[in-house]
Amino acid sequence: MSGESVLELEAVTKVYGEQPPVPALRGVSFSVRRGELVAIVGPSGSGKSTLLHIIGTLERPTDGVVRIAGVDAARLGDRQVSLLRAREIGFVFQQFFLAEHATVRENVADGLLYAGVPAAERYRRADEALERVGLSGRAKFKPTKLSGGERQRVGIARALVGQPAVILADEPTGSLDSATGASIMELLRELNAAGATILLITHDIGIAERLPRQIRLLDGQVVSDTVQGSAS
Amino acid sequence: MSARSGRLRPEDGLRVASVGLRSRPLRAALSALGIAIGTAAIVGVLGLSASSQAGLIAEINQLGTNMLTVEAGQSFSGGAAQLPLEAPARITLLDNVEHVADTALMKDEKVYRNSMIPAAKTRGIEVRATSLNLLSVLGTGMARGAWLNEGTAGEPVAVLGSVAARQLGIDRLFPDQRIWLGGQWFNVAGILDPSPLAPDVDASALVGYPAAETYLGYVSLAGGEEKAGPPTTIYVRTAIGHEAAVQSLLARTANPEAPYEVNVSQPSDVLTARAAAAGAFNSLFLGLGVVALIVGAVGVANIMIISVLERRSEIGLRRALGATKGQIRTQFLAESILLAVLGGVAGVVAGAAATAVYAGSKGWSVVIPVEALAGGIASALLIGALAGLVPAVRASRMPPTVALRTV
Repeated sequence: MSGESVLELEAVTKVYGEQPPVPALRGVSFSVRRGELVAIVGPSGSGKSTLLHIIGTLERPTDGVVRIAGVDAARLGDRQVSLLRAREIGFVFQQFFLAEHATVRENVADGLLYAGVPAAERYRRADEALERVGLSGRAKFKPTKLSGGERQRVGIARALVGQPAVILADEPTGSLDSATGASIMELLRELNAAGATILLITHDIGIAERLPRQIRLLDGQVVSDTVQGSAS
Repeated sequence: MSARSGRLRPEDGLRVASVGLRSRPLRAALSALGIAIGTAAIVGVLGLSASSQAGLIAEINQLGTNMLTVEAGQSFSGGAAQLPLEAPARITLLDNVEHVADTALMKDEKVYRNSMIPAAKTRGIEVRATSLNLLSVLGTGMARGAWLNEGTAGEPVAVLGSVAARQLGIDRLFPDQRIWLGGQWFNVAGILDPSPLAPDVDASALVGYPAAETYLGYVSLAGGEEKAGPPTTIYVRTAIGHEAAVQSLLARTANPEAPYEVNVSQPSDVLTARAAAAGAFNSLFLGLGVVALIVGAVGVANIMIISVLERRSEIGLRRALGATKGQIRTQFLAESILLAVLGGVAGVVAGAAATAVYAGSKGWSVVIPVEALAGGIASALLIGALAGLVPAVRASRMPPTVALRTV
């Protein structure tokens, strides 16, 4: 699988606090090309949450460069970086973070709310995204009426709706039983096969090993970056 | 990246700002209640005073502003002056004078419910002789019974003013209803409606001039003849629009020899002043309304701060979806304003309804000053903005990573 880099990290360092300074990331560098499906795996405390936040532009690195879709995020102000996030990054959360008072369709359409897309277009694309995750029949439901697996499908549809450069999935199966988790993993693989670039952050080596590429993180450093021989 | 911004459209902004209200309607309603009560109190007070003012002005216009009164003032030496006996007849000859009636206060005569009442208990009721056309000049009528006529004016028959009747404890008439007036029994022929233009008449027992002469000895000499009188108050109805011209001539006409001993006044002036006073706000209730508004503002601020803490994950999610700090700030500020304005609108409606019901029960026309309506909404808007400022800034400064970590 080849293509231009949608995500590049160069010597990314993140240090929290001042006295004493606590390094969370120490010189992390890798790049992800369009269409890849990558697992970032590591035990708790390895820095993978910090890495997720930095890739997602929710946090700025102390040092180093993060390039998303060719744009250096560190050079942007809040307004521009927010727009970059709105258009080029889709988040999938372990706890789903769905709005309970809104319908499934509205939740998915809200994935485009801050991207400057008119309402009619948002809903049209939400319907498409729901179709892709197999939830067309649930569009008018409230999330509270859905099972955990269905809720995570809504979350994935919301990340997908803007066709972002990268989808960041943070322990997407962490709140689900293993059978449901497996079906979510299957969905992510299908979406990847259809062209989506997905970064999956997990502590579960079993899940990571079944993905084409694994970046192992330990104590804020990349300890291995392996591509399965069978990949693509 | 394209140059198009991620700015929300107004309808999206409104939907986002109302998320909190829609997801917790009871809480929103309760926190808006304080502002609603405050606004209702203020609008109600302003509306009621405006309506009562309108009611008084309508009453004044109905009574007519073209009535003037002529009274005996003080003499040069400081004693009570007298009007000449023939003053009413002279005034009748003036241009633009339409009707003239007169009454004579008999200071020494008292009136009691019966002959057993101690003399000191006069209850402030006065005895007056009256000309027979008094009612048409005052524009008042009979509450009960009949007015004096040519026959009864010469008999021991009295008509009671509305206040006098109440003071004497007479609220209905029996055929033999009598009062003890000037040391003798007088029959009560009727009770008057209130006459706001002549409060003196309200508090009087009225008898005819002939009766005053015959039974109470109220006479004065005119050209060597004894005649009932003199009058102490003359009521003059002028042609409408000529009040000032007539007023300027009345003193000289009533008493050409000593015009300075005559007081001329326009009773509707007093009522107009009273209407203006009624229009002044009831500052106590206005103050209470302001206090309720402040308490309401604190309530809204409190709810907004709690709401920001509770909705950390929503804030984090919105940031992850690409909301800027400014958009988060605007969302919470707009929510606070929306909450307060909803309270303000409810308060304005409630205050207006209270005004309408009360004014309706009093028979006033309903007047709600536009300033009260606009001021009510505007102050709610301002309160919402002030109350929402701190919570909104807090929400916008919350780091998205912290916001997402909670739950």
